[in-house]
Amino acid sequence: MTSNYILAPILVQLVTAILLIFFWQRVTVQRVLSTVGNTFSFITSLILAIDIWNFGTQTLHAGNWQPPFGITFVCDALSATLILLTSIVGLAVGLFSTIGISINRIKYGYFPIFHFLLMGLQGAFLTGDLFNLYVWFEVVIISSFVLITLGGKKMQMEGAIKYVTLNILASTIFLTAIGISYGLTGTLNMADLAQKIALVENRGIVQVTALLFFVAFGIKAAVFPLYFWLPSSYHTPPSAIAAIFGGLLTKLGIYALIRMFTLIFIPDDYTINLFIIIAIMTMFTGAFGMMNKKSIRKVFSYLIVCHIGYLIAGLGLYTEKSLSGTIFYLIHDIIAKSNLFLIAGLIYKIRSSTDMRRLGGLYKDYPLLSILILFVLLSISGVPPLSGFWPKLNIISEALRSGNYTLVFSIIISSFVTLVMIAKVWAEVFWKPTPKDHPEQDDTFAPLSTFKKVTMILPVFLLAFISFMIAMRPGTFMNLSDKIANELMHSDDYIENVFRVKNIQN
Amino acid sequence: MEILLVILVGILYAAGIYMMFRRSMVKLLIGLLLLGNGTNILIFLMGDIAKGKPPIIAPNTSVFTDVYADPVPQALILTAIVISFALQAFAIILLKRVYQMTGSDDLDSLNTNDGDI
Amino acid sequence: MKSTIFKVAANYLLPLLLLFSVFVLLRGHYESGGGFVGGLIASIAFVLHFFAYGLESARSFFRFSTATLIPIGLSISLFSGILPMFAGKPFMTSLWFKKPVAIIGSVGTPLFFDIGVYLIVVGVTLTILFTISENVK
Repeated sequence: MTSNYILAPILVQLVTAILLIFFWQRVTVQRVLSTVGNTFSFITSLILAIDIWNFGTQTLHAGNWQPPFGITFVCDALSATLILLTSIVGLAVGLFSTIGISINRIKYGYFPIFHFLLMGLQGAFLTGDLFNLYVWFEVVIISSFVLITLGGKKMQMEGAIKYVTLNILASTIFLTAIGISYGLTGTLNMADLAQKIALVENRGIVQVTALLFFVAFGIKAAVFPLYFWLPSSYHTPPSAIAAIFGGLLTKLGIYALIRMFTLIFIPDDYTINLFIIIAIMTMFTGAFGMMNKKSIRKVFSYLIVCHIGYLIAGLGLYTEKSLSGTIFYLIHDIIAKSNLFLIAGLIYKIRSSTDMRRLGGLYKDYPLLSILILFVLLSISGVPPLSGFWPKLNIISEALRSGNYTLVFSIIISSFVTLVMIAKVWAEVFWKPTPKDHPEQDDTFAPLSTFKKVTMILPVFLLAFISFMIAMRPGTFMNLSDKIANELMHSDDYIENVFRVKNIQN
Repeated sequence: MEILLVILVGILYAAGIYMMFRRSMVKLLIGLLLLGNGTNILIFLMGDIAKGKPPIIAPNTSVFTDVYADPVPQALILTAIVISFALQAFAIILLKRVYQMTGSDDLDSLNTNDGDI
Repeated sequence: MKSTIFKVAANYLLPLLLLFSVFVLLRGHYESGGGFVGGLIASIAFVLHFFAYGLESARSFFRFSTATLIPIGLSISLFSGILPMFAGKPFMTSLWFKKPVAIIGSVGTPLFFDIGVYLIVVGVTLTILFTISENVK
């Protein structure tokens, strides 16, 4: 199947961004337009996703060039699912931003950049061309650089330096790896590369290239030795920005890893061992890193690192079942992590602080909201019937089957630490009585009009509802991730889909 | 010719990474610039160098009759240069702002928010 | 800069460079050139004027902010990409008029794409330069 429709999510974001630049500095117009654009994006992505789930992979050769020469866009079930998740998170965070982002930031172009970021993400999930993937990555990181520095407080700038440096370094390594793989095979089309890389006789250099890709995407995904930029920068920008970063940017690295290592570089024993070791180290650094942190946003940042470990573990086990676990966890994690940072934003709005020592008594003041937040927190920690539990179960059972008890042990320990920390956050922020030295007038949430309050809580509720749906119907999502994992493990279909489509004759 | 470029790529990578390990922000920036240039030359090398054979087809023919330079690496480098231009311009402005705010060129002095919060 | 020679030269160079930039833009599809280079040459023309006569004088060429060129250019490029989709072809397929127009040569969607790029480059370069030189004062 070939269809122009698969580009719709990208184009909707691009058109929205262009329109928003025309209305530079008009705050109300920006807010309304962005929400309308996000709604459109959600609808188009949903239609695309349903279409792809039902009728299989679609491809598009931009400019009508034959496959290995032009840029190919491929939308398989994984891409479609991630595109849908991106636009859901985009809708929620965009809605939250209309109130949660200060007017000054909106005047400096928050919304156009936000939509360029989303466009970059959609493009990266869609593309079937290695260099094009690099370009989309750059679109994403340049937008994220602007977002992380927007507003220009000292703390933000300090975080931004680490973020910018490491991301530019990762891009350089990525580009180096692309250069070497082009030198080896003479192609950049991922499907073509998958076929030709298998024919390269010098396996050593293929291994090195694969590891270069792993390092590049590993920095972006914040895996073990290269994670430190994340906790020292993600707590500095406003919560809405941190939500989109925490929910989607690290997951872009994971997506690229999954794509690379299922399609092009099929892992051998060495790579698999490396993945498992790195996954275990990532879980432990994330889990133990958050134990002594006092700011809830720092805790949440380490939580991201910790859970990246699970995703890498599922990829590292490299069976269909474990990949399915990774995909399922990815779905759960994108929704829940974005929600987590939105919640941190709400708490900051209510108490003007994210320091656990200065917070308290939220349950007394906002009981219903607290229950909603509790549900999200428990979903994250993977308490049995909730959404974080099912994918973890998949990964653990697969690790048990392959006899990798160290991994099982690490997952259980880090889940336990996560649970303890979440319980601590709940006790400190919600149950503990309000500290004496904390005056009530810091509440910037209560004076807002009801409309604004609803606009801020609605996104949290929306994302929580999706988490709830995952918890209620785990079978549906399990089937979906099984289907995606099946497609990933049988990459012949992907390759065939790219090459089968004939050009439309003039 | 190629061996010279290979050595140059090595030097640029080594110098770039060495500079990135220094504590000064300006040296960090120079390191990033050198790494970017090294990568571009690496891609150029990967496309096999054909001297004086531009990949342009003469008006009266429709296929190449001779060896020609691979245009793809050149397109890649052009794109990469434009992108790294943007990234580096951004990094320069960012470093300038940080220098104005902290009054220091030392990367180790940027840890005010890494304390226990 | 206060040199009279430079000022006079800049006066003559501005229209020449602008014409040259359009020439580079138009020959871009089959020969070396294109929207990106053309845009850079055009912005160099304004930058020369800015060096000779100062920021205010260079700005007065534009009735609106130079940043406005960016979304206009983006829209033109995007439009040229979307146009073939209405003809049932994949995104960004080149569509050409059968007969070449005098002077300009063949007209098609790649030309519009290049015009968009040209405007974006002029807009971005001038906006960056003007903003930085404003801050330097």
